[in-house]
Amino acid sequence: MVLQNKEFHNLQELRHSASLANKVFIQRDYTDGTVCKFQTKFPSELDSRIERTLFEDTVKTLNNYYAEAEKIGGQSYLEGCLACLTVYLIFLCIETRYEKVLKKISRYIQEQNEKVYAPRGLLITDPIERGMRVIEISVYEDRGSSGSSSGSSTTSSSGR
Amino acid sequence: MKNLDYQQIDPQALATPTPTPPPRPLPEHKPRRARRKWEVFPGKNRFCCDGRVIVARQCGVLPLTLGLIVLTSGLFFIFDCPFLVEHLTGCIPVIGGVLFVFVIISLLQTSFTDPGILPRATPEEAADIEKQIDNPTGSSSSYRPPPRTKEVVINQQVVKLKYCFTCKIFRPPRTSHCSLCDNCVERFDHHCPWVGNCVGKRNYRFFYTFIVSLSFLTAFIFGCVTTHLALRSQGGNGLVFALQASPASALELVVCFFSVWSILGLSGFHTYLVATNLTTNEDIKGSWSGKSGNEDVGNPYSYNSITKNCCSVLCGPMPPSLIDRRGFVPSDDSVQTSPVEIELSAAKNDTNMVGRAVTSG
Repeated sequence: MVLQNKEFHNLQELRHSASLANKVFIQRDYTDGTVCKFQTKFPSELDSRIERTLFEDTVKTLNNYYAEAEKIGGQSYLEGCLACLTVYLIFLCIETRYEKVLKKISRYIQEQNEKVYAPRGLLITDPIERGMRVIEISVYEDRGSSGSSSGSSTTSSSGR
Repeated sequence: MKNLDYQQIDPQALATPTPTPPPRPLPEHKPRRARRKWEVFPGKNRFCCDGRVIVARQCGVLPLTLGLIVLTSGLFFIFDCPFLVEHLTGCIPVIGGVLFVFVIISLLQTSFTDPGILPRATPEEAADIEKQIDNPTGSSSSYRPPPRTKEVVINQQVVKLKYCFTCKIFRPPRTSHCSLCDNCVERFDHHCPWVGNCVGKRNYRFFYTFIVSLSFLTAFIFGCVTTHLALRSQGGNGLVFALQASPASALELVVCFFSVWSILGLSGFHTYLVATNLTTNEDIKGSWSGKSGNEDVGNPYSYNSITKNCCSVLCGPMPPSLIDRRGFVPSDDSVQTSPVEIELSAAKNDTNMVGRAVTSG
């Protein structure tokens, strides 16, 4: 059963009326070279806020999207050769594959925020806004909490 | 029944996606023109066309480069082409024209494209990194701690990531800070004064196209001018007569002669770099050449195949610009923290009521 409280009707209000407690930064994982990949290590600050599996799923999906964007294969060679023949003027006209994937990523992050993170008082910032260096997760303070914050989330709950 | 502290968010009520800055200032704020990010950019760069075009602050000798190319090519088309078209073939100006267009366009793209600048860390990010680094106790504010490094293993090779004090980030592999532009640039190759910009991840392919097409153009003009003068001096007229008949050719010859060696040399060098997936920076520093006699040191970024290296450097996907020049500076960033306290007290009563309602439910 969901209680619609008017002060948390949308994400904007969450940001303005809840207080920003902390920001957690997920750093890049460079073990595969310079490709864009984020560490899947679960930060301890989020321990009580969200399940490890949900978090890891989000990061792994993001990593897969970035891998898809930076994949060197048939299509990217074609794009590259065509671009070279037109002295790269084609970049001014068409949307590159990378840009298309970035749009997909931004939609995915918005969806994750709506469905998974905002209900837990968290907010993910698109890495592109931080120069693809970090995934910034804003942690909003539990309001009127009796200390026993989530872990709740989802499932069962009743009578704990 | 214990309910969630945060109620379900109604997706339809979501106005804008996550924390992107609002594109226009809120009506309650005093009407102040929203500034674009390029106007507050901390690096030493200049922007034109409302942020669409980026150049280094010191544009170096870019006007000279452009001037030389345009002048030499112009003289070629005006003085040498008519003769050669008449005596040889009409293809000459066509080929020359195509090469000239390639050179100019790739030069402008190299100069005016963001080379792969990394935006500086936000204050929260910088603070987070500081927390993770051991700070020596008793260090005064004027004492700069020793360079901070982080080690990462890439492809069985240990790579040291250095901390950049200006940008307050640990530089990703192959990134270097350009002191002329005061920016960290990804896959930093070098800062080219001829082009007036850094050469990095995003504009390396433009730079390579520029120098290769310029070497073709220079060699082509040199060859054509030599042929022109040779044809003119045939029939017992001599070279001096030929030069007197076409003095512009002498100038072109001198310019081309001196530039063709350096440009060809540079193209050859960069072809080698592309084939081994190295940057000028790494090559000069000898990062992977096993300077201590350790033969196990090799380039961890190389695919060990010339074709694959070339394709990944020149035909790889074009990464986006990370500095978002034309985006608007978020007007509510500083405001966000202050009204929070105000809202806090006002909302406290509401949440208490909610809490009570919930527990009773």
